[in-house]
Amino acid sequence: MSTPISPRRLRAMIVKESLQILRDPSTILIAFVLPIVLLLIFGYALNLDTGRTRIGLAQQDGGEAAASLALAYRNSRWFTVVESGAVPALKDDLVAGTLRGIIVIPQDFSRQAIAGKGTIEAITDGSVPNNAAFVATYAEGVRREWALDRAAERGHQPPPPIDLELRNWFNPGSISRHFLVPGAIAIVMTIIGSLLTALVVAREWERGTMEAIMATPLLMGELIATKVLPYYVLGLGAMTVCTVVSLVLFQVPFQGSALALFAIASCYLFCALGQGLMISALARNQFVASQIALLTAFLPSLLLSGFIYEISSAPLWVQMVTRIVPARYLIPSLQTVFLAGDDWGLFLPNMAVMLLFGAGFFAITVRATKRRVA
Amino acid sequence: MTASAVPCKPPAAEAAGLVKRFGDITALDGVSITVRAGEMTGLVGPDGAGKTTLIRILAGLIDPDAGTTQVLGNPAARLDRRRLGYMPQRFGLYEDLSVIENLTLYADLRDLPPSDRPETFGHLLDFTDLARFQSRLAGQLSGGMKQKLGLACALVSKPDLLLLDEPGVGVDPVSRHELWDMVRTLSGEGVGILWSTAYLDEAERCDTVYLLSEGHLLHAGPPDALTAPLAGRVVEVATPPGQRRQRLATLRASGRVMDAVVHGDRLRLLLKSPPTPDDEALGITAAAPVVPRFEDGFVAALGGSDLGDSQLAAAYRTIPASDAPAIEARGLTKRYGAFVAAQDISFSVPRGQIFGLLGPNGAGKSTTFKMLCGLITPSAGTGAVAGHDLRHARADARQSLGYMAQKFSLYGDLSVAQNLSFFAGIYGLAGAAAHSAMDQVAELFHLTPYLRMNAGMLPLGYRQRLSLACAVMHQPPVLFLDEPTSGVDPLVRREFWNHITGLVEKGVTVLVTTHFMDEAEYCDRISLIYRARQIATGTPAELREKAGGVATMDEAFAALIRNAESDANTDRSEAA
Repeated sequence: MSTPISPRRLRAMIVKESLQILRDPSTILIAFVLPIVLLLIFGYALNLDTGRTRIGLAQQDGGEAAASLALAYRNSRWFTVVESGAVPALKDDLVAGTLRGIIVIPQDFSRQAIAGKGTIEAITDGSVPNNAAFVATYAEGVRREWALDRAAERGHQPPPPIDLELRNWFNPGSISRHFLVPGAIAIVMTIIGSLLTALVVAREWERGTMEAIMATPLLMGELIATKVLPYYVLGLGAMTVCTVVSLVLFQVPFQGSALALFAIASCYLFCALGQGLMISALARNQFVASQIALLTAFLPSLLLSGFIYEISSAPLWVQMVTRIVPARYLIPSLQTVFLAGDDWGLFLPNMAVMLLFGAGFFAITVRATKRRVA
Repeated sequence: MTASAVPCKPPAAEAAGLVKRFGDITALDGVSITVRAGEMTGLVGPDGAGKTTLIRILAGLIDPDAGTTQVLGNPAARLDRRRLGYMPQRFGLYEDLSVIENLTLYADLRDLPPSDRPETFGHLLDFTDLARFQSRLAGQLSGGMKQKLGLACALVSKPDLLLLDEPGVGVDPVSRHELWDMVRTLSGEGVGILWSTAYLDEAERCDTVYLLSEGHLLHAGPPDALTAPLAGRVVEVATPPGQRRQRLATLRASGRVMDAVVHGDRLRLLLKSPPTPDDEALGITAAAPVVPRFEDGFVAALGGSDLGDSQLAAAYRTIPASDAPAIEARGLTKRYGAFVAAQDISFSVPRGQIFGLLGPNGAGKSTTFKMLCGLITPSAGTGAVAGHDLRHARADARQSLGYMAQKFSLYGDLSVAQNLSFFAGIYGLAGAAAHSAMDQVAELFHLTPYLRMNAGMLPLGYRQRLSLACAVMHQPPVLFLDEPTSGVDPLVRREFWNHITGLVEKGVTVLVTTHFMDEAEYCDRISLIYRARQIATGTPAELREKAGGVATMDEAFAALIRNAESDANTDRSEAA
């Protein structure tokens, strides 16, 4: 077009958009209240930490070794033990789900233990695989430790098995809240960037204002730019609120720099805003736009970004799918900047990918946003 | 070659041979139009005729499939938008911005220099009488005020071409007249104006009129050119209600009449040729021909209307006579918080009459309707339908009425047959009775060829027919029709009113709302509703009389609104 970009039109549209944001209670609700609610949910209610697990203990042997092992289970910090002499008494509880597993110390355990053998049985609920694996592994761990201690007491020095010492770096306490909260910030930015933007543009179509401003000299590029800027600021604002709340309320550590945080957040917002605008360029009604935004932006960010479910433990094809979820590139960077510190070697490639996604979304948006109502 | 003495100014907008299709639907089929500077050009036609599509093409918002455009010296796709004023159907206002913020936004978008603003804004706010409401949010303005603000936004940098898409629809007649006068002033200043409307009476006042019907141009030229051939062919014949049917049958048999409508206690006839002495046998005298209206021209252009008796009425049961009123409203009031949607509405309709509620959108007609249907609970007052009190017997009251809701309220994704079957079911028809009722209305409303089509895909006129069909299938004694003829062409309107007047002769009682003031003439009595209040109630003739003996309902309503407002002002100043 021959008409040059006009600073006055840009300013007028940005002022208009900002006034609308400030006057629409639902925008403020989505941008500031919803994030805090989400943080509280992820910070308090949703907890992936393992506490104590209830198991049953069927001690069928009265010997010394059996009693000692039973004590080891009772004293374990992983388990709360319900004891009984026989398995059938515990079976119903396992079926009902009040017990996660049953450890059986069989009848001749003490005799065999003297001979340096001795097997126990762990019955687990295979319908809850994670719990089953957890109970089996930890039950074995308790038994092994008990066996080593016992050997040491008797002066034996058995060749120690390869000793694996676990130490979780960057989140020493393994507090899930510490990696969930950065993830929640990603969700908040997705909501503002994609969902809110898609809705406000669709609203202009629904109310007929889009038609009216399209009949003015406003350039389509100007229209897109003036939709992006206010929501970019809003997104950064909500991100800042979330960060402050997580630092103050949840004592999440912040090892990195504010510069890195804002740089990462900006790249992601660029991408999320691009996606929101693309959705609204294709769907001109708020209901459809919100459905598309939920399905293509919000849910993938929640489920396929590594926020809640570890990507590396997903099937290979799901791992492939996650590569087209922009939030997947945000979450490791955010978690790193909070828990580990600035690692530009990790940030830069991720930021580059997010910018690339954003550029793609904007290219589609610009192509689809013609000055046409039908 | 001589230089022409009169410099021939190119038209503000011109289009030739426009064709536009949306899927299978042809919205415009070879339409040409010229909008001249300093003239009011009217674009007239029923809903779905292609008016909006044509305006959007001229505004460069839709590309035609074929045809050429020249708007302000350029093809529409590359027009100079600073010189264009465009007001879309919903005014294009940001409801969460104030009056002055909306104006400022459009001033910025249209590149009005800041130095010109105080003067321009001052002038526009005076012109639209909005100066008092500068800081009010646009969403809190009345319909008429929104419309004026929309116009002010379109005018903010003085345009050379002004495109107005149905600016007066649903707004009260006073506001409509004011808007018309404002725009007329602009055309006097040399602006080219295209005014689109579904109100045929507005067409009569334009300099040039383009009449669209189903994407075709039926007429292009001065409005008189359409009505001139009808001069002397429109007559009115006094006919008491009881003799209408007989009279119409005689007229139809004579083959002399193209169109007949009920006009109070008279029949308004459009004859095929001016009356001759032979016509006196039909009761037609050449003595007092009436001035033909634009609508007469429209009907003549469509080939005349069907004058047959309503087959629906013929097949309908006779509603037993009763002295009790069929519909009664006593002080019905509905408040939503501080907002009063309807205030102290009272009327009583005897069996076998048509009662009309007239008023602009948002005046409280639909609220009154819904209270009488038992769909919303009145804040105060009560009502009864067919003797069933709304407070105690809502379900019985609903069973005895047929309700045709405003706009299309059937299931667009169900076929015509499925919709009929559903409504037969909810009104308690089953088995053979349901089947024969469905077959009957499908036949009567010409819906048989469309039975398998999804209702949402039907042309507008057929959708309205289907809505009415669903409402009358169970032959209720009382019919509630909310804007039944909104947007349809005059032939479908006549068909509807023919059914309605026919049913009334069978003893059916009809409550109808409309914002087409001329339709009031079909009613036995009407109530004018304005800003939640009944400002006048009576027969159409009484109301015209009360308004100072004006000729049309539109003028009567405008005059009565002005009276009501000056009364209100007097009350306020007395109270102060």
